[in-house]
Amino acid sequence: MTYVYRSIALLLALTVVASPLTAHAEWGDLNMPVGVTELSKEIHSLHMTIFWWCVAIGVFVFGWMIWSLVAFRKSQGAEPDVTMTHSTKAEIIWTVIPVVILVIMAIPAARTLIAIEDTRDTELSIKVTGYQWKWHYDYLGKDVKFFSKLDRTSDETRQLNSGLDPHAVPDYLLNVDNPLVVPEDTKVRVLLTAQDVIHAWWVPQFGMKKDAIPGTVNEIWFKVDAGKTGVYRGQCAELCGRDHGFMPIVVKVVSKQEFATWLAAQQTGATPTVASREPAPSPRG
Amino acid sequence: MANTSTVDHHDDHHAPTGLKRWLYATNHKDIGTLYLIFACTMFFLGGAMALVIRAELFQPGLQFVDPQFFNSMTTMHALLMIFGAVMPAWTGLANWMIPMQVGAPDMALPRLNNFSFWLLPFAFTLLLLTLFIPGGAPAGGWTLYPPLSLQAGDSFPLTIFAIHLMGISSILGAINVVVTIMNMRAPGMGLLNMPLFCWTWLITAYLLIAVMPVLAGAVTMLLTDHFFGTAFFTAAGGGDPVMFQHIFWFFGHPEVYILILPAFGVVSEIIPTFSRKPLFGYESMVYASASIAFLSFIVWAHHMFTVGMPLAGQLFFMLSTMLIAVPTGVKVFNWCATMWKGSISFETPMLFALAFLFLFTIGGFSGLMLAIVPADFQYHDSYFVVAHFHYVLVPGAVFAIMAGVYYWLPKWSGRMYSEKLGKLHFWLSTIGVNILFFPQHFLGLAGMPRRIPDYSTQFADWNMVSSIGAFVFGFSQLLFVYVIWQAVRSGEKAPARPWEGATGLDWELPTPAPYHSWDPPPTREVVAKGVAQQH
Ligand code: HEM
Ligand SMILES: [Cu+2]
Ligand SMILES: [Cu+2]
Repeated sequence: MTYVYRSIALLLALTVVASPLTAHAEWGDLNMPVGVTELSKEIHSLHMTIFWWCVAIGVFVFGWMIWSLVAFRKSQGAEPDVTMTHSTKAEIIWTVIPVVILVIMAIPAARTLIAIEDTRDTELSIKVTGYQWKWHYDYLGKDVKFFSKLDRTSDETRQLNSGLDPHAVPDYLLNVDNPLVVPEDTKVRVLLTAQDVIHAWWVPQFGMKKDAIPGTVNEIWFKVDAGKTGVYRGQCAELCGRDHGFMPIVVKVVSKQEFATWLAAQQTGATPTVASREPAPSPRG
Repeated sequence: MANTSTVDHHDDHHAPTGLKRWLYATNHKDIGTLYLIFACTMFFLGGAMALVIRAELFQPGLQFVDPQFFNSMTTMHALLMIFGAVMPAWTGLANWMIPMQVGAPDMALPRLNNFSFWLLPFAFTLLLLTLFIPGGAPAGGWTLYPPLSLQAGDSFPLTIFAIHLMGISSILGAINVVVTIMNMRAPGMGLLNMPLFCWTWLITAYLLIAVMPVLAGAVTMLLTDHFFGTAFFTAAGGGDPVMFQHIFWFFGHPEVYILILPAFGVVSEIIPTFSRKPLFGYESMVYASASIAFLSFIVWAHHMFTVGMPLAGQLFFMLSTMLIAVPTGVKVFNWCATMWKGSISFETPMLFALAFLFLFTIGGFSGLMLAIVPADFQYHDSYFVVAHFHYVLVPGAVFAIMAGVYYWLPKWSGRMYSEKLGKLHFWLSTIGVNILFFPQHFLGLAGMPRRIPDYSTQFADWNMVSSIGAFVFGFSQLLFVYVIWQAVRSGEKAPARPWEGATGLDWELPTPAPYHSWDPPPTREVVAKGVAQQH
């Protein structure tokens, strides 16, 4: 058994030695974000509920296992009770109780699902098209559209053996040239499709992801809570080829006022640039 | 496992020797050994690929491989582990154990048996060759989703042909299991007297026969889309890429139970042995396995909640998926009840079975979480899913295979392995596997997508931990090979019943088991004795 202790010690030592290599420690990033939308909070609470159910069942099951392993050790002279072969009563209990727990879980899950699918009364529609390997955003009916792809600094740093330090790049791999801009407190409908292969649009803080599939249009919606302006980041979630890891999503949430100004600016001056296929890199907002 | 036959038992068979013994093998033990050695080889090749993946993910930034090659590694790793390591290992164990457990001299269809094994080396040679051709190995994921998989280069037809060969091999192996169990049971060995390993394998065999043709159909449609101008899955031609996912997962979900059901069987034999107590709820174990198999056909779309299904469809697949947790739970409870009031000892097979019990349950919990559709919109295609399926597959299926090998090795080879080294292997594996996969839950929840070669710096810490675990786990497996090698070469002679509590016909045979296992068949008294002890 000394081997075992020695290897554990070695592992811990390795981990401790290795950790300073990572500039900002994110050991605390353990759970799903609560998020900033109506739906993301509901989803987070479903996640926590099912998690605590698992913990509760786990305490019971693992407790039972550990108890057996300790109490009925042969080395402590335990004698087996070979007559204990089945019990219809027990079988019924441990079939029915899980079913009840599942029903209890299924109800709020179904309720949230229905809310997720309710895309009525949206105030702004944006068509999002996945390309290998960038996103195209089209504000439907507003005559504003542009591509959004990985920012230059990340792109240079991420090359094989670039010699550049990812830790020195702000928001490494999670930054784009042209972020999507949306207003807070507005029900935004996202229409998803793709040009070449399947991609998936995922912003964890919004609670949702959905596939962008060629030939199909999928829908999701989000409504960022009032006061939650800021920049939210995500990534393509469906394997889409070589640079699947390098097509981030950045959403800049602004006040309604700011959004109107931004939209107007895009519609007049900026339109030719942003509508071109390869937009000039603009400073990130 | 090299030289396991004892030729002195019978002299009316004309077994060739040397290379021909293996090429022309029709004996279930020889073929079982071939399968196990093959599985082990693929386990190490697939493992090497996993270590390439974890080395690249040790730190942010790209240090070792091109993203395209990285994608090939994830794709090939999965194909090798699923079709090359776990499935052949189960067929190997089935070959060794089913005749011994049902009281038969051999498998029912020995030449078919030879054929189904020898397809595999060719299948995997083709698949592995793609690593060396222009354009590289397939890189669209083991799920082969079009349109991406159709972008592959010359590797594409080779991969599909390889999958066809693997599928044929599995179907033939499954037919052999069904025929053996249905026709070759010794007099007195009723279906409900069989050890659970036979039962779970029988159910697995039906699953294989049902779904491998579905996979064959799906990849054939990909092939014709690519070469013959059809448009099953091409939107531009009126097809639907999502249809592929439905067909694939109609195969894919039963497939995951193909990987785990035999594990349920092995664990259901080891836990009673080392608890010195019959399996609790034998019949409910059989029925639970059968209901899992049935339900596995109606949950497939839980792998594709994000493709945009109608609300009713999402609700149906959420409920059916939650339901499948119920028979799974019944099994776990039965295993717990088997240990309750037992007399438990902790030899290596039992340790692996116990790790299975704890860690498979953790995988079941994350499965339950994934079933909650709204939450799955967050979990899907993140590292949380990676953590889930590795918990059920590595400390689940793979640990059960190892438990089975330690458990039956004395019967196969007539020799004991080193208990001390076996335990060391156990502890290194168990600690390694948790350091490797537990942090991946955190990574997924924090937002790290799966199948990416590089990540933002917020994910750096847990990735590093995970990679350290991967190397510990990976290299510990060399010890496994050494322990077996040492046992077969120079282990102590094993008694006929090395485990005090072992019951069943397999343990009524002399050690090492004779070349033609039960020839003549066991008498009714022997069968009755084997059966009576079991439940
Ligand atoms: C309690 C029982 C289980 C439930 C409720 C369950 C549920 C799920 C769900 C919902 C997913 C899809 C997650 C996603 O992609 O968003 C999934 C993925 C997966 N599960 Fe399970 N699971 C269970 C047991 C198992 C078992 C026993 C195995 C195999 C031994 C398994 C293997 C897998 C695999 C391989 C995947 C991922 C496939 C891929 O996308 O590459 N699961 N599971
Ligand atoms: Cu992608
Ligand atoms: Cu599934």
